[in-house]
Amino acid sequence: MMGHPDDPCAHCEEMMQPYLDHILSEAEMREAEMHLDECEWCRKRYRFEESLRVYVRTAVSEPMPAALKQKLAALRIPLN
Amino acid sequence: MAETQPDATRIAADARDRIRFEEEALGLSDQVYRVARHLAGSREEAEDLVQETYTRAFRSWRSYQPGTNLRAWLLRILTNLNIDRGRRAQRTPPMQGLEANDYFLYDRLSESDGGASDEDRVVERLSQDDIVHALSTVPHDFRDVIVLVDIGDFSYQDAAQILDIPIGTVMSRLHRGRRILKRELAESVLEESS
Repeated sequence: MMGHPDDPCAHCEEMMQPYLDHILSEAEMREAEMHLDECEWCRKRYRFEESLRVYVRTAVSEPMPAALKQKLAALRIPLN
Repeated sequence: MAETQPDATRIAADARDRIRFEEEALGLSDQVYRVARHLAGSREEAEDLVQETYTRAFRSWRSYQPGTNLRAWLLRILTNLNIDRGRRAQRTPPMQGLEANDYFLYDRLSESDGGASDEDRVVERLSQDDIVHALSTVPHDFRDVIVLVDIGDFSYQDAAQILDIPIGTVMSRLHRGRRILKRELAESVLEESS
């Protein structure tokens, strides 16, 4: 991952998605966590992203209509 | 020399396997629908797609390999049907300024909320309609991976197999797709408040 020697927050931002997806290397995880420990500005934005992911998942989850469930069950191939 | 199984026993075993397959597939229908709802353009399309998927799955149950991921197998059928229905590949939209970073949605929301500090409260400024609408405006290629990974809980590997694309493409589309989604959310929220 490219470094941002002049702007650690920009680097931290770049690591946010892979960090939350748990695909950073151990060294990168440590690097992100060290920065997050001391930077409230980034920490808030990471927390927001985490909440946003949960919120999006909940907001778009629609239960399957009961009628559709019945239709699917009726599609089963009858035994001869 | 292999012994031939009596016909009645073979037929009974076949029927048992098929019933087991159908029950297992039906048991996953809620999860399949949840993903289909946002891969398709509308609720009606999603319902049609799910029915067509199950019709096809029940007919070709023998091509499913027991012990492998049945949910991914069903979703593979569903995404192929969705593409067959004339959903054409879209050109990758040009990168827009707002997509260049990951923090802007938070920044926009907290700015317009007078600098609210509680992250949960900032998220709650987004309504369910905002999110459903914003997701529907994300171009298909990007939306598909968001729906599979972030909503359907599929691994990168499963999403790559379902969509028949390399895993690296799943990751890059997911990364960019989430930014596009946040851009759409920022725009819809700012429109509402202006």
